[in-house]
Amino acid sequence: MSDITANTTLHSSAAARRAPISLVGPMAWMKTNLFANWWSTAITLALGYLFIRTGVSFIDWAFVNAIWTVPVSPAGIANTEACREAKGVGACWAVIHEKHRFILFGTYPYDEHWRPLVVCFLFIGLYIVSAMRRFWRWELALIWAAVLTVIGVLMWGGVLGMTYVPQERWGGLPITLILATFGLAFAFPVAILVALGRRSNLPAIKALCVLYVELIRGVPLISLLFMASVMFPLFLPEGMNIDKLLRAQVAIILFAGAYLAEVVRAGLQALPKGQYEAADALGLSYWKKTCFIILPQALRLVIPPLVNTFIGFFKDTSLVLIIGIFDLLTAGKTAIIEPAWQGFGVEVYITLGLIYFLFCYAMSKYSAGLETELNKGRRR
Amino acid sequence: MSAAETLASSVRADAPPAISLKGVNKWFGALHVLRDVNLNVALGERVVVCGPSGSGKSTLIRCINRLEEHQEGQIIVDGIELSNDLRSLDAIRREVGMVFQSFNLFPHLTILENCTLAPIWVRKMPKKEADELAMEYLTRVRIPEQASKYPGQLSGGQQQRVAIARALCMKPKIMLFDEPTSALDPEMIKEVLDTMVMLAETGMTMICVTHEMGFARTVADRVIFMDRGEIVESGEPQSLFSNPQTERLQTFLSQILRGH
Repeated sequence: MSDITANTTLHSSAAARRAPISLVGPMAWMKTNLFANWWSTAITLALGYLFIRTGVSFIDWAFVNAIWTVPVSPAGIANTEACREAKGVGACWAVIHEKHRFILFGTYPYDEHWRPLVVCFLFIGLYIVSAMRRFWRWELALIWAAVLTVIGVLMWGGVLGMTYVPQERWGGLPITLILATFGLAFAFPVAILVALGRRSNLPAIKALCVLYVELIRGVPLISLLFMASVMFPLFLPEGMNIDKLLRAQVAIILFAGAYLAEVVRAGLQALPKGQYEAADALGLSYWKKTCFIILPQALRLVIPPLVNTFIGFFKDTSLVLIIGIFDLLTAGKTAIIEPAWQGFGVEVYITLGLIYFLFCYAMSKYSAGLETELNKGRRR
Repeated sequence: MSAAETLASSVRADAPPAISLKGVNKWFGALHVLRDVNLNVALGERVVVCGPSGSGKSTLIRCINRLEEHQEGQIIVDGIELSNDLRSLDAIRREVGMVFQSFNLFPHLTILENCTLAPIWVRKMPKKEADELAMEYLTRVRIPEQASKYPGQLSGGQQQRVAIARALCMKPKIMLFDEPTSALDPEMIKEVLDTMVMLAETGMTMICVTHEMGFARTVADRVIFMDRGEIVESGEPQSLFSNPQTERLQTFLSQILRGH
């Protein structure tokens, strides 16, 4: 301890000392966190044993004993004997090796697979550009419009020497990305307007917004998708037909819009009343107040639940499976229908899970970074 | 009602009133919060409103820029009558600045952006001009060096001075202060009051709800005492404080003085 009475030690009392070795370093960390007392030690050892056991057997299954390729007959029939023998002992990654193009692009014409591949990269590029704050200008809307047009051209084709591919043949990852991207990009502005509308002073607008949110939120997404795919065409005049994918897309937008609206509304309500009053007192009109003062703060407050909903809907797009749209999950399921590959679902689902995980984890990491960056230099 | 009589004695009765309230009544639900309030404030006049909490002081000045709506009577600000017409409301709010008890700076904008937002978007001032104007007022409230910081990085007193600068950047004709020092630590009250005194010396029309009797004594042309939603007494600070006519004001003053 410092001694303030002695002049000679006055100086050293102010200087920071190194913490004793018993408080820092990996050994100290382990001692406090893993082996603090006998039961903590027991739990550590038990969990460590389980972890190593499962870890080792997973590595054995997934890598050591795994079969990476199988011979394929000239007729295109894979010989999966080896895989069947190794079943339960080693993974059969050959199914991914053989079927990866079908899983990623579904029934899209095989020779044209470069087109959906470029589309996937365009989507990912679009996400990356949109994520960077220095591109947060109105020009970004133009970039979106341009990229989405190019994506449409690539997928449909029929121009620039590309063969026409009807929407029924699209499938796999592009479908998932299309549903998720368009779904959230359109649902988000809808959600903001609905959230504002729910807090409006105008009774008609307020009632309409409440009705929308409560109606949509009150039914499962699956029933909305069924309505879009089965019931909606019944109301259309004879001969008129709206693309099935578009109908599912609208159902997803409406559904996501209702959920996001409630998230945005939470942010609007969390703002202190003083912010509204200060903006009013300065003479800002309703829309200027909303755009410059209210929304920037409200949306910042709800980044975590917003991203939570985004991630949820990215995965919920897989529900279009039940109305026969060929998204990533459906394509994966279909890939193993072939008799030769039946029974190798685990490998396919692990791969699909990994793809979903990569997208969702990226969103999650990005939102955490964004939150820190936006809160930089601000304290309450 | 003594308020009506003292109207005539307002400092510059010859000038057209900047603010005029006639028979204003307001209810919050069943609660009658403003009762037959009559008040004329001349251009350049500095009025301090005091009274016990819940007496309707804040409600009164919040009615002047229509943060609250009154249900009966007439409020005319800068020659424009307050009504549901949004255009006249915008016109009035452009001319009336307000400073709040809890500062209400915009935490996501820098100090400079806080000050320039309204001039740029409401007054349609070019950004460069707005920046210069904001720096001028920030200098006047003695915090130009904080311009690029965020409100959360400033002390309460500094934030309140920014709030004053922000209101002044709109070049208002009238300034309303709603208990500007009540949320501040004691050592910061003086810096804000000094800023307000400085502002008063420029001839700004001010209505200030405050318990700072020293400020009222040095700055106010007129002090209004409110209780239970009505103006009970009104007059020059010296005579009002030294010679209260009503028992209610006597009680209030004795409580205030005991507290200090």
